[in-house]
Amino acid sequence: MGIFNYFRKDEPVKTATTARDRLQVIVAHERSQRRQPDYLPKMQQEILEVIKKYINIEQDQISVQVDDTDDCSVLELNITLPE
Amino acid sequence: MAKIIVVTSGKGGVGKTTTSAAIGTGLAQRGHKTIIIDFDVGLRNLDLIMGCERRVVYDFVNVLNGEASLTQAMIKDKRIDKLFVLPASQTRDKDALTQEGVQTVLNELKENFDFIICDSPAGIEKGAQMALYYADEAIVVTNPEVSSVRDSDRILGILQSKSLRAETGAEPVKEHLLLTRYNPVRVDAGEMLSVSDVEDILAIPLLGVIPESEAVLKASNQGVPVILDEQALAGQAYNDAVERLLGNEVEYRFLEVEKKGFLKRLLGGK
Repeated sequence: MGIFNYFRKDEPVKTATTARDRLQVIVAHERSQRRQPDYLPKMQQEILEVIKKYINIEQDQISVQVDDTDDCSVLELNITLPE
Repeated sequence: MAKIIVVTSGKGGVGKTTTSAAIGTGLAQRGHKTIIIDFDVGLRNLDLIMGCERRVVYDFVNVLNGEASLTQAMIKDKRIDKLFVLPASQTRDKDALTQEGVQTVLNELKENFDFIICDSPAGIEKGAQMALYYADEAIVVTNPEVSSVRDSDRILGILQSKSLRAETGAEPVKEHLLLTRYNPVRVDAGEMLSVSDVEDILAIPLLGVIPESEAVLKASNQGVPVILDEQALAGQAYNDAVERLLGNEVEYRFLEVEKKGFLKRLLGGK
């Protein structure tokens, strides 16, 4: 241990801040899922089947999401095409 | 006409039964006729916390099955006038709770009481859903800790979609946040989520903050609702919460680290 370490006061890690940040992310994510209509998983599956007819993709390469804003809902479809 | 208040949390062990006992007792102390119902079928505990475990003859499920009348099953508190407890059964399975049965019992109670406090079991299964289904208001008990906050948010989602009020499009269940086991010293040290952190994340109005207190265990050891311990900070904080529940504005206490005065330090007071 060098002499400099003696003077350097270690900043304590504020674990509460980490907890808050993690919670904000997970709670926001879970809320967005909760608001999604019940038919979404099935629709996602069917869209996947259609695309599979033409392109070779996997389940995790497609995401379907509904975002509600004040006056309209947006259906967002994200497909990652293979290289 | 009675107001039905569910005390819920999702997560277990955060203080639902302690809170149900304290809030129910506080309301009755103020002259409101109150009954606290234990919805935790199979894991009855409210009777112990209220100190009436040896007086249980019939229970909630007996009433639902028509084996006993409500008057036979209700236990009148020996300390507080106008306070009653309806214990859960200890043996039967959770299927004993049916929506129609619960509704019949609640309707009968509504005629005779000012407040019906439903002490929910942990989890999000049938028992918990039954406890919150007919609620007008909900007290969401939360510890300043990640899993508890997340589960509280989950239960809020259920209140907003699966309660009678949500299903019928009536005015939504009025939500209250009750933060328990709060330790200002640890919050100051950055080791514990603060009141405002939890308020920000859950985004529901605050009803009370109960400081972590040795008095809670002492009270449960003796079967005395902690709100009756007027010396204890937790008891005082519950009294404040009851006042707020009744619509009175009460300033928050015990949120800051208590500064020890010179004399107190000298005498080694706690």
